Amino acid sequence: MSVFRALVRRELSAFFQGPTGFIIIATVLFLIGLGFVVVLSGLNGQATPMPVTQVFYGTYFFWVILLLIAPVITMRSFAMERASGTYESLMTAPVGDWQVVLSKFTGALIFYAILWLPLLVCSGVVRFYVGESAVLEPGTIFTSALGVLLVGCLYMSLGCFASALTRNQAVAAVSGFALGAALFFTGFFSFFAGDRSDWLSQLARHVSLPNHMESFSRGVIDLGAVIFFSSLTALFLYFTHKVVESRRWK
Amino acid sequence: MIEVQHLTKHYGKHVALDGVSFSVDPGEVVGFLGPNGAGKSTTMRILTTFIAATSGTARVGGDCVFEQPARVRKRIGYMPENNPLPLDLRVSDYLGFRAELKRLANGKAAERINEVMEQCDVADVAGRFIGQLSRGYRQRVGMADALLAKPDLIVLDEPTAGLDPNQVRSVRHLIRDLAGRHTVLISSHILSEIEMTCDRVVILHDGRLLASGALDELMAKANAVVAEVKTTLADAKEWATELALGQAECVEQPGGYVHCRFANTTTDDVRETIFASANERGWPLRELSRLAPSLEDLFVSLTRGREGGE
Repeated sequence: MSVFRALVRRELSAFFQGPTGFIIIATVLFLIGLGFVVVLSGLNGQATPMPVTQVFYGTYFFWVILLLIAPVITMRSFAMERASGTYESLMTAPVGDWQVVLSKFTGALIFYAILWLPLLVCSGVVRFYVGESAVLEPGTIFTSALGVLLVGCLYMSLGCFASALTRNQAVAAVSGFALGAALFFTGFFSFFAGDRSDWLSQLARHVSLPNHMESFSRGVIDLGAVIFFSSLTALFLYFTHKVVESRRWK
Repeated sequence: MIEVQHLTKHYGKHVALDGVSFSVDPGEVVGFLGPNGAGKSTTMRILTTFIAATSGTARVGGDCVFEQPARVRKRIGYMPENNPLPLDLRVSDYLGFRAELKRLANGKAAERINEVMEQCDVADVAGRFIGQLSRGYRQRVGMADALLAKPDLIVLDEPTAGLDPNQVRSVRHLIRDLAGRHTVLISSHILSEIEMTCDRVVILHDGRLLASGALDELMAKANAVVAEVKTTLADAKEWATELALGQAECVEQPGGYVHCRFANTTTDDVRETIFASANERGWPLRELSRLAPSLEDLFVSLTRGREGGE
């Protein structure tokens, strides 16, 4: 366990040793702030039955931040180690392949979670000024945070997989973005599918990330969504492990 | 400590290693010698469990590097080629991180880190970022990491590459100090390095084993003899062929002399034979000496023989 802890600490510290981590945090902070300003100015003077979180996830800001930032967080995880050569020292130390994969994933996920903390502050500000506790209930905040974390798990695992495939960080970021965008836009087709019941429309509805997030933002824990995010995360971590392991294939 | 049998590694159609076999006893300092692309780093990567071989077996301390990589990794300290280090960490933080990965007990880790920093002469830069260090210091930080867990086997891939003569000397002393307490495998294409630090040598060329054995035994084969006789170049060449003492080089010298260099790949002292033969022909002989054998002579003669045979 101490080895895993050391690896996670190393991953996290790497974000803050240089300017990269701070630039990512500043960018996300700006985009979250901008998103909230847009949401609130849109709602100004209007009554809405929806929680603020649901309104926020209904805008493009959340998804733009997710799609753009996730590959930037994960691009360095394996690609940079490979490019600098430290990957060889790491993989010949007494650590297991799974330990390395999970620690890189966990480090990226913790950093991702730190990025979304300002969202809680923004929610608190809204609640303070609106003065109605019904606007933002703790339960809704919790389920929204769970949703953000689950979608983060999926995108971090996907990014780690993309990073494990190459030694070039730019290639890792672009391929991570392409995979993430493909997943997002596949689900996006569900909006056009309407009530059609063909398998393609059903698939689009099933993988629609905004659909899954909507239930979380309403304060509902949708077990189907939890299984969806968890299983896809596990699948991409498995793929990442296979890529890491492939160096020892005969 | 190391048992390698018929090790082969293919990268697509390229054969990086072709049936290499050798063994290393505990406490030995063994040099891995060969030109670039000979297969030294590939062999080291296989032994340190980083990559797998296409076929063959390799054991470290009795543990198979393919079947029991976790056990092997606990036994080794490895400094890869070019000594890659995270430039954003301080020396002490990096060694602390590596100590955790190598499962050094918390109480003992700090003590051991100080020990290896003293041993490798990096204690004075403990608080500096690795990215700010000179190449020599970085090399020693890499060696400190390799020594950290007191491993049975220390594998150093080109440990003196890019160092200045003083730094080379200090690394050489450090490696010699490790003899007996650790088994050390060093790769280099700098022959004098291997000569000065190793008991045994394994010579690779084009992925194949060229020679392996105790340094003295191999050196005895690089037993060149030089003779300068007064005759014509054509007669000298004919004479060299008749003597059949391995490859011979004849070069004309001022004053009608010819300088003949006999490779002599046997362990015999052939000076008497050469003297008698020159005397019999009535040729004045002004020099007859055995050259101090060097690994370079051995390496050149071995690789030349191989290339000639292909």
